[in-house]
Amino acid sequence: MAKRAVLRSFGRHWLKPLTFWLLALPGLWLGWQWAMLLNGQPHALGFNPIETTHRFLGDTALRILLISLAVTPFRDITRWLPVMKVRRRIGLAAFWYALLHVAAYLGLDLLIAANMSVAGMFAGLWEDVAKRIYITLGMAALVGLIPLAVTSFNAMVRWLGARRWQQLHWAIYPVAILAVLHHGFMEKGNQPMPWIHGGILALLLGYRLVRSARNRSRPSPAAS
Amino acid sequence: MFFYRKPKPWQGREADVTPRALYINRRQIMAAGGAVAVTGLVGCGGSETEASTSAASTASSTAAARQPAPPSGGLQYAGTGYSVPDPLTPIDAVTGYNNFYEFGVDKSDPARHAHEMSVDPWSIEVDGHAGRTGRFALEDVVDFSALEERIYRLRCVEAWSMVIPWIGVPLAGVLQQFEPTADARYVAFETYLDRREMRGTRFPVLDWPYVEGLRMDEAMNELAFLAVGLYGDVLPNQNGAPVRLVVPWKYGYKSIKSITRISFVSQQPETAWNKAAPNEYGFYSNVNPNRAHPRWSQQTERVIGGNLFNRRETEMFNGYSEQVAHLYAGMDLIENH
Repeated sequence: MAKRAVLRSFGRHWLKPLTFWLLALPGLWLGWQWAMLLNGQPHALGFNPIETTHRFLGDTALRILLISLAVTPFRDITRWLPVMKVRRRIGLAAFWYALLHVAAYLGLDLLIAANMSVAGMFAGLWEDVAKRIYITLGMAALVGLIPLAVTSFNAMVRWLGARRWQQLHWAIYPVAILAVLHHGFMEKGNQPMPWIHGGILALLLGYRLVRSARNRSRPSPAAS
Repeated sequence: MFFYRKPKPWQGREADVTPRALYINRRQIMAAGGAVAVTGLVGCGGSETEASTSAASTASSTAAARQPAPPSGGLQYAGTGYSVPDPLTPIDAVTGYNNFYEFGVDKSDPARHAHEMSVDPWSIEVDGHAGRTGRFALEDVVDFSALEERIYRLRCVEAWSMVIPWIGVPLAGVLQQFEPTADARYVAFETYLDRREMRGTRFPVLDWPYVEGLRMDEAMNELAFLAVGLYGDVLPNQNGAPVRLVVPWKYGYKSIKSITRISFVSQQPETAWNKAAPNEYGFYSNVNPNRAHPRWSQQTERVIGGNLFNRRETEMFNGYSEQVAHLYAGMDLIENH
């Protein structure tokens, strides 16, 4: 009984702020490491800090996206409903890290390669998106996230209506597939990490397929 | 961008701190250079006034021909004129930022796991179109009394670069001692493979073992080098111990590590990366800023250990056109990438 009260209190008062800070932690860590680097202090960014930054932000965005997709299965299995209150902010964090990932690519790669010319930077972006398949896929994933991020506020949910909001947000499934493909096509050779990300995504999407098949065969109304 | 800064104090700070090994190494080069009276060591003199004077004072005695014993496993070697004007890449970057997928795909994996590979004793299988074939001990392949140092650029296909002081012997002499026949038009190399010692090979990142190859005239070029050391010491395992190829005008993956087989063949041999992605990695793999990798541009490169906010213009043949351009006269280097 006491355990349940603790859990309820945690869900009500602590879950949202705790989630917020956990989601902010990778970004804060990265910012701290760059501050150390720029001040000539020991840092954890390795011998190629820009490459480390790209990989860190990309991995973080993709992994947070996978976590956001794990929220519903987690609720179904544990029947702990409060976790649904943080699903949206987890998804939104994935968007912010993806945006930072692209900003770092624009600022630390393309802008420098173009000798600090902003026009050159966008020319480089266009060339990359048009010519390089993994960047095409990654950019498509980011573009797909934009409408979801824009409609992540309560007012937008109300304005769209729960049903239409949910239908719009099904776009997260193709976006996640694009993001994993972006990672896979970026790596040289046949590396294990894209397969691990892809495997986890397959489990999360497979779970939904099985669940919706079951719900259809059973007449009882199902939750999201 | 808000995090962009013009060159600022921190930038110089990195260069001020000369790694101990580098400092010791420079003295060795100076001593060797003075004694053997080889041509100037561009890029190594610099501001090392103190080091060069101390070297000069000892260079007159014959003892100076022998280097002061480095801390561990040090090598005796002569200096050469092979150098570049750019600063050396710090030794911790050279030995801590490696692509050696047999030990994992992260750049820090080789430094973490390569010690699991046993490199002593080491032998090399020589086969194919040659007069002398069979299994040879490393000491019978590389003459450790004739080592020399060469400071070469290394340009990775991933668009980053280093400047590394290698210790070793020219490849041509090594190959000639096996008396290759007229049918030996190419030479193929193979990397050691042991699934227990090389944890990265438990996943099929590439079709193991790693294989590479050169056309015979490329292999006989004066720049082609067989390295057994760097920065005055024996090669750390993560850099391809105990013996590796160094072909500085080609992308880094051509410089195959931990060589366990040399084959003299008549047909162009398969190469590991070409098998994995033929449109991305050709047989020749000459550094060429005009031929973009399908997934990124090759026009510029990030200098490891250099200014983060500045990229270096990549040069044709990595700056070694004078020595190697004639090898490819009349060839379409976009087609034959």
